[in-house]
Amino acid sequence: MTESSRTQATVQEIITTLKNKPGALLPILHGVQNALGYVPAESVSAIAKALNLSRAEVHGVISFYHYFRDTPPGKHTIHLCRAESCQAMGGKQLEVYVKTQLGIDFHETTANGKFTLEPVYCLGNCACSPAMQIDEEIYGRVSANSFDALIKAAEELA
Amino acid sequence: MSITIYVPCDSSAISMGADRVAAAIAKEAEKRSIDIQLIRNGSRGLFWLEPMVEVVTDEGRLAYGPVQVSDVAGLFDASFMQGGSHPLFLGLTEELDYLKKQQRLTFARIGKTDPVSLEDYINNDGYRGLGNAINLPQADIVKAVTDSGLRGRGGAAFPTGIKWNTVLNTPSEQKYIICNADEGDSGTFSDRMVMEGDPFVLIEGMTIAGLAVGATQGYIYLRVEYPHAHKALNTAIEKAYQAAYLGDNIQGSGKAFHLEVRLGAGAYICGEETSLMESLEGKRGLVRFKPPLPAISGLFGKPTVVNNVISLASVPIILDKGGEYYRDFGMGRSRGTLPLQLAGNIKHTGLVELGFGLTLRELLYDFGGGSASGRPIRAVQVGGPLGAYLPESQFDTPLDYEAFAAIWAVLGHGGVVAFDDTVDMAEMARYSMEFCAIESCGKCTPCRIGSTRGAEVMDDIINGRDLDKNIHLLRDLCNTLLHGSLCALGGMTPYPVLSALNHFPEDFGIHDKADAA
Repeated sequence: MTESSRTQATVQEIITTLKNKPGALLPILHGVQNALGYVPAESVSAIAKALNLSRAEVHGVISFYHYFRDTPPGKHTIHLCRAESCQAMGGKQLEVYVKTQLGIDFHETTANGKFTLEPVYCLGNCACSPAMQIDEEIYGRVSANSFDALIKAAEELA
Repeated sequence: MSITIYVPCDSSAISMGADRVAAAIAKEAEKRSIDIQLIRNGSRGLFWLEPMVEVVTDEGRLAYGPVQVSDVAGLFDASFMQGGSHPLFLGLTEELDYLKKQQRLTFARIGKTDPVSLEDYINNDGYRGLGNAINLPQADIVKAVTDSGLRGRGGAAFPTGIKWNTVLNTPSEQKYIICNADEGDSGTFSDRMVMEGDPFVLIEGMTIAGLAVGATQGYIYLRVEYPHAHKALNTAIEKAYQAAYLGDNIQGSGKAFHLEVRLGAGAYICGEETSLMESLEGKRGLVRFKPPLPAISGLFGKPTVVNNVISLASVPIILDKGGEYYRDFGMGRSRGTLPLQLAGNIKHTGLVELGFGLTLRELLYDFGGGSASGRPIRAVQVGGPLGAYLPESQFDTPLDYEAFAAIWAVLGHGGVVAFDDTVDMAEMARYSMEFCAIESCGKCTPCRIGSTRGAEVMDDIINGRDLDKNIHLLRDLCNTLLHGSLCALGGMTPYPVLSALNHFPEDFGIHDKADAA
């Protein structure tokens, strides 16, 4: 099976499982992004057809929500909180440091494909600001030092 | 005899290393051939002490914290399981000042129990409210909630009983209960703590709401940023189904209620109830015009109760102990308790549930212990990113919906974010505009375009360009946003912006207060 047909098969399976739920589009998009890491443009027409929507409507939903992405992310996704509580604890300085260390801005992926950096507006970890999430793991009171250690650990894991 | 040890599974505790500490304790106990029962509880909400490990002894539960993996062997050496002395020893958990001074109603169980144990839940007064509700006529359930004086804890503070009554009296074959768990406000985490630390209380509250208004389907719209809450809710829902607390025949009553968690996708605006319903329907989260009210025409056009997590999680105790019991807490028209969340630059960050009426100063200093940095607290934002910034001169305001409204501020969802004197309030005002621009759904012009123009005007002000003209322009723009926006995002962004300008004009380059007008 080619990469593309594998993708199509995965998408089709998710659609079949979820399409009869009321308001099925978000659950389907979550399913696809969980499985593939993003929602490929080529999956849009299958989703649209199954839900009796236009491709434009499906694209409109994908592009509306910050969480859905239409390009593959790096191996690890870093969500760095930009919200007020984290700012009160040095979040802005941390943001500058993180961007410099990774050599990328928000919404970008490092050249080696290891890290994607995304802003997030609150992880609900405001009692331990500044906060950050690497993949599913959440970290509190992040400093330049602890960030370096986390990145190093993630790189060794990769 | 097996010794019971608690290590929180709350995601803030995990963010400080609770999972690793739990693993280290299990490993160390095995190494030393000590029989322990390790329970992952919710957090007590004393976050500067997390991970806070508790040991069950004859005297009660003893706390140690903040525990790191490197402390574990030392704790065993000090016989912490028998309450041995150690630098991290805190004493009896229940006697900790921060906890003892609180009035925990909604958070009564959180931190005490295993969140996903139905048995623990029932043994700690769980499902007593539902037990009463099952035998009551629908109007009486609604009346209990109305009598309690409970107002929407999501931020809008609309009386919950009135909302329920509208749905009850709107005939329809299908009605819905939606829990708004899209807790996007910075500085807030009480919803997350409930969902991670006591998911059954939310399930019970929603079930009672379903019985009260005649809704058979509930949805929890959960933000995707809360993976631990997602897992806890799904586990608890499955157990509730198995034990007939959810399903077609709840506890043999013949009444049905079904519940499902749906994930959001990182859009702040979906915390607005009509946008949330659009999202649940599988659409872009565009805000709807009101009327029609969701209570009359909500999800899929059907009568719908949309309540915040804390509102719904407060319902079981109201049905258990009666509306009067709950109403006796609080002050003025703000009845019951509010779980406040102390965040940002604060020494003792955490969850403080108390009846309304405490002053902000008491919260910041008596509970919070002042700033984390040791510098003076200069500004406090209450009520999330759409809440006003308060200067020190307003710290004596009681935490009460009306008292806050009187100083052009809001309590919102109870988030309190403190900033020390290094904060630049013009930068914060700019950020508020930028946040509104990023999160605007785009449906109404004042919010969609006004926020972008607002960030540009703030750039000019920050760069000292033509201040007289630009301050006037900023006020004018805020006025348009305030009165012309479709929902609270555009309509309330002026709160942080104008409060920053009014209370901290020097940060905007204005040194004579009259020039700020």
